[in-house]
Amino acid sequence: MTAQEVRLCGLLLQEHFGDVVEKVGTHLIRSGVLTLRALAHETKLPLDLVKKSLCVLMQHGMCAFGAGRRGPAGPVEYHIICERILHMLRYPRYIYTAKSLYGDTGELIVEEILQRGQMTMSSTVKTVADRLTHNMPEGQSMDYSEVVSAFSRLVETHFLQRCPPMASAESSSSGADNTPLPAVTQPTEPEDHPECYKLPYINLTGQGKRRRSSEDGEADPRAAKKAKTDSSERGDEGIYWQVNFQRFHLHFRDQAIISAVSCKLDQTSSEIVRTMLRMSEVTTPTHAAFTQALSANEIFRALPSSYNIARPILDQYLTLLVDDPMEFVGKTGDSGGGMFGSRSARIFRLLLRKRHLEQKQVEDFAMVPAKEAKDMLYTLLSENLVQLQEIPKTPDYAPSRTFYLYTVNQLPTARLLLQHCYKTVGNLIERRLYETKENKRLLEKSQRIEAILASLQATGAEAAQLTEVEEMITAPERQQLESLRHHINKLDSSENQVDETIFLLESYINSTQAPR
Amino acid sequence: MAGRGRGQLTFSVEIVGIGKGENLPPSSVQPTPLFPPLDQKPVPLQTGEEAEYMLALKQEFRGAMKTLPFYIRPAAPKKDVERYSDKYQKIETSDNSLEWKPDWRRFPKELRVREKRPLRDKSPAVPKQPKQPRVDKEEIIRKLETLEQKEEDRSSDEEDGEKKKPQEEEAEGEEEYDEEEFEDETDYIMSYFDNGEEFGGDSDDNDEAIY
Repeated sequence: MTAQEVRLCGLLLQEHFGDVVEKVGTHLIRSGVLTLRALAHETKLPLDLVKKSLCVLMQHGMCAFGAGRRGPAGPVEYHIICERILHMLRYPRYIYTAKSLYGDTGELIVEEILQRGQMTMSSTVKTVADRLTHNMPEGQSMDYSEVVSAFSRLVETHFLQRCPPMASAESSSSGADNTPLPAVTQPTEPEDHPECYKLPYINLTGQGKRRRSSEDGEADPRAAKKAKTDSSERGDEGIYWQVNFQRFHLHFRDQAIISAVSCKLDQTSSEIVRTMLRMSEVTTPTHAAFTQALSANEIFRALPSSYNIARPILDQYLTLLVDDPMEFVGKTGDSGGGMFGSRSARIFRLLLRKRHLEQKQVEDFAMVPAKEAKDMLYTLLSENLVQLQEIPKTPDYAPSRTFYLYTVNQLPTARLLLQHCYKTVGNLIERRLYETKENKRLLEKSQRIEAILASLQATGAEAAQLTEVEEMITAPERQQLESLRHHINKLDSSENQVDETIFLLESYINSTQAPR
Repeated sequence: MAGRGRGQLTFSVEIVGIGKGENLPPSSVQPTPLFPPLDQKPVPLQTGEEAEYMLALKQEFRGAMKTLPFYIRPAAPKKDVERYSDKYQKIETSDNSLEWKPDWRRFPKELRVREKRPLRDKSPAVPKQPKQPRVDKEEIIRKLETLEQKEEDRSSDEEDGEKKKPQEEEAEGEEEYDEEEFEDETDYIMSYFDNGEEFGGDSDDNDEAIY
């Protein structure tokens, strides 16, 4: 874990789970593996708060536990899974993808599961149905069966998966005294479980309930009790579902490839690539560098009929795609251009293509005047995007008789850019928190006034009263609020976009490192 | 050797690209400015329906997380003085149990927070072993308490008697002190001052040698 990653994880934990969890989480990331006692002692927090935080982190799959170094009889040790925390940046993208694929129902299902970490199918269906009913016009309600079908589709396409069962080795406390008490359960990988994507049989019929505001207070404890007994009756107790992030990542990767191809070639070729990818969706393992070999016949049959692609044309396209060095790395070059100007980007791309170049050659190929080329190369060099390689002509490395070649190492450069991205997102979040803190008083005031307005409107007040309340915020304050909202929106939006770059760089690094 | 003097480089300067007599930028002695001017403007943000929808999703998600029971707030700091409003304002019950029920079969046992009972603080570790010493401790405490009570009963009679005497003595002592103090109207208590007049008087009774 690099310093930037730890900082970013801390900020994300603080935003979503509060200060206590942030403290516990960052300390555990820095220490690696700790027992409960050690963690409580070192963070100097009360034991109960530490326990609560660990429960929250484990519920969301960000913390895992295992038998300690002293074996199953010793205390349990906990560690943090950092990449799950970093996935929190991408939650809006996951939800949006679910919406585009499976509509509002799918969107709400994924959102609920992301908010709660893990859920049983029956509770998800009920909550989502209630939420959808709430938004529907009066008199209509959402049937459970529709939600169930959306859920099933999500599971079939592997976007949701079961939480792995615990390899439980617990014996009850009243059991035999001879056996030692292994109170440790060992979590397993979700994919290892054969029933990972099997839907449980639940008898869930009914419709979403519309929540009436007056009954809220009383209904909740009764509803909570009812929910507990219900899930055990529904037949899927103990089966929890979580979001399958790998699958979403595959989807994003495919999308990126398709859009890259369509940018470079044309729409039709992108359709062909999309078909190929869809066919190999379920057959190709996640980290494979290449999809399974597909024959031209299979592709031809699988093409959507709306595109009338004749067989010979398909063959032509395929040869074109094969010849084109489809470089996924085009994106790395673009980010180099943004900071240093388009000419530097040209130089960078040139170095990527030609691998090693001398100074003079760079000037010639890039068609950039000598002085500018020198300047840009040194700037790139100082930022470590470009490296200098020495090739001596004589064994004594005399400078006058040595070739100095400029080159780009893709993998370290990608890593460097990734760290820059993490730092960027960290800075964006901190700036947003700062802006919010600076204007806290104003924000609170506007919230209070909105609450007053809402209550007045509910009880049916006159227009004069409403305008009077609205005028409590002066015009310059309104402007300030407006500009604050604008800034915060911009910062949030930037976070989303930087995350797209983060995803590309992470996929590149992971796929390059994975053994082929 | 290294550091023989500035200006002696191991390679000729021309190769790096700096010609003779060219002006090098002056060396800077200040830290870099906090917001350095950018040569290139950053790439403009994407706008469009997708970006705005994702923005809305993000902000809603953040807001929703703050209301869920997973957002843990640190315990409210203890108030320094009891305030009148405490009677009427509902203080958040710092309930030690979680507000949501995780499936405890999937979590290690030690994380289970049991509710606090008034006199007992249950330790969170595996409950088997600590039970016995706790029971012993309680017995011991009870024994000690009974012993204390017995002692108190016994000594309470004596104490009553004793208490009266020191009170009288103190009263007398104070009166004496008051008289002495006010004799010459000084701050010094007269009985502490020994002006040596009595020095010779004692020697008649002493058989010991005087050094």
